[in-house]
Amino acid sequence: MSTTVPTDPAPGLAAYSEVTASEASLRRFLHGLPGVDQVGAEARAAGLGTRSIKTTAKAWALDLAIRMVDLTTLEGQDTPGKVRALANKALRPDPADPSCPSVAAVCVYGDLVGEVKAIVGSQVNVAAVATAFPSGRASMAVKLADTRDAVAQGADEIDMVIDRGAFLAGHYLQVFEEIVATREACVRPDGSHAHLKVIFETGELQTYDNVRRASWLAMLAGTDFIKTSTGKVQPAATLPVTLVMLEAVRDFREATGVQIGVKPAGGIRTTKDAIKYLVMVNEIAGDDWLDPDWFRFGASTLLNDLLMQRTKMTTGRYSGPDYFTLD
Amino acid sequence: MARIDVRKTYKLYIGGAFPRSESGHSYEVADSKGRFVANAALASRKDVRDAVVAARKAASGWAGRTAYNRGQILYRIAEVMEDRRPQFEEAVRQSEGITAAAARSQVDAAIDRLVWYAGWADKLAQVIGNANPVAGPFFNHTAPEPTGVVGVLAPQSSSLLGLVSVVAPVIVTGNVAVVVSSYDRPLPAVTFSEVLATSDVPGGVVNILTGDAVVLGPWLAAHMDVNAIDLAGVAGDAELATSLEVAAADNLKRVRRAPETEPDWTNDPGLSPMTGFVEHKTVWHPIGI
Repeated sequence: MSTTVPTDPAPGLAAYSEVTASEASLRRFLHGLPGVDQVGAEARAAGLGTRSIKTTAKAWALDLAIRMVDLTTLEGQDTPGKVRALANKALRPDPADPSCPSVAAVCVYGDLVGEVKAIVGSQVNVAAVATAFPSGRASMAVKLADTRDAVAQGADEIDMVIDRGAFLAGHYLQVFEEIVATREACVRPDGSHAHLKVIFETGELQTYDNVRRASWLAMLAGTDFIKTSTGKVQPAATLPVTLVMLEAVRDFREATGVQIGVKPAGGIRTTKDAIKYLVMVNEIAGDDWLDPDWFRFGASTLLNDLLMQRTKMTTGRYSGPDYFTLD
Repeated sequence: MARIDVRKTYKLYIGGAFPRSESGHSYEVADSKGRFVANAALASRKDVRDAVVAARKAASGWAGRTAYNRGQILYRIAEVMEDRRPQFEEAVRQSEGITAAAARSQVDAAIDRLVWYAGWADKLAQVIGNANPVAGPFFNHTAPEPTGVVGVLAPQSSSLLGLVSVVAPVIVTGNVAVVVSSYDRPLPAVTFSEVLATSDVPGGVVNILTGDAVVLGPWLAAHMDVNAIDLAGVAGDAELATSLEVAAADNLKRVRRAPETEPDWTNDPGLSPMTGFVEHKTVWHPIGI
């Protein structure tokens, strides 16, 4: 986990200080980004989806995918008991197999961070959604209080939503400043800071061009991760959208030397889908990103399918949903 | 001018749809004299996997139908078979190498068998269920419930009557079936799947895979999400049958064991084909309070 103090701009980022100095320059920069070839992006994503990953490569991919899962429950009906069960599952996804790795993080609403923390300790990260998730419709003061509250409860990671209304209206600087402010709210008293993930809700951004602009906007504002969706809006994560974001983090590292993580969330339910994403990460961003620190899956049902496939590989027979917990 | 033959390549029946085999393989089906008749899809273990997923999805809906409604649907299958009688007779005659008259009587028997099972749908619980006398103020009763997903290795020689005789008792009690048809004689099963698709049977309740029971049987028997298996299709291969029973024991599947030789399917089946794949549920209900 990064422990840099957020007020220190990365050396490569300093070159962009003029870009973010005013609404006009930021708009000029974002609209000056090359447009996304929609047909090309979709064809490329579909093409990468046809790769066949078998045997030992598949076993490796399964374990990696499990380690990348942000096990998520974001329902109004979440009870402390349900969240505790989920936290235990995060530690030992397959109780029948001690060789099965833990997931990356448990993702819950801010008020349940303590419940999860009490069980997972420091073995698995706790991510909290904040800033008036999922709509992002609240005053800045409320959003920041929401964030500080989650950090104070011990959240290791904060998943914030951007104000899509402001973004679509073209108020880029407002969105930029919200991210910067939220990032400052992630600082703990000891100077370390909670990892910040910025959710774009790509299903509401309409175009791939907007996804690319939002990615750059968030990266310039100093986020640690960019995340596709809340999971509350359809379509959620798709391969082409994730491809555009992976291109953005790749280009951003080339330009500034700063590496940013990517997290598709929502709608990834099968192992087949997860492996398609991993292939894409490797081909688009590179294998530096094939690590739970740099790529995550926001999912809940995906984990059971990964475990079933893993059990199939270790036992040689097909497993069934009866042998894994419902959550 | 001579008409060009329409050469057929049949597909599998999974989840109410007719997909090709995941493997892309098919095999040539010959009649009893070895002449080419058609191509059939050669199901792979992944088709078994997909069929089990489709069956599991359909299981709760089918079990939730009233027994009366399941009876109606089985009767409807018989009706549609009756409509396609010439096609069935031709398929049975070619597959089994019997006379037209013998094929006709096989089709008669298969349709009659379906009607017979259709009648049992809402009567089985009355016959094998019970109101149990108990020493206490309880109404105590036992009722049969479906076991769940049943793997069926269909008989190898009786291509239609045998098939119907193993599939109908499984679904009439509310189970769902993943069926592996006769390997050498799959065409009546293919036509049967076309009948199922057009006779109110919800997709996924019966899934028919044309392929080799020797290859697919072990995957079905070991599959942890299959609740029971009928080994009729490996009759005569005691070694294979035993290994399938061992594989099935891992998740305590109910097993209908393989007979030593394929039985005469025209005999009265009795109730055991149905009672083999039900779970008896006993309920204690307080009375007088």
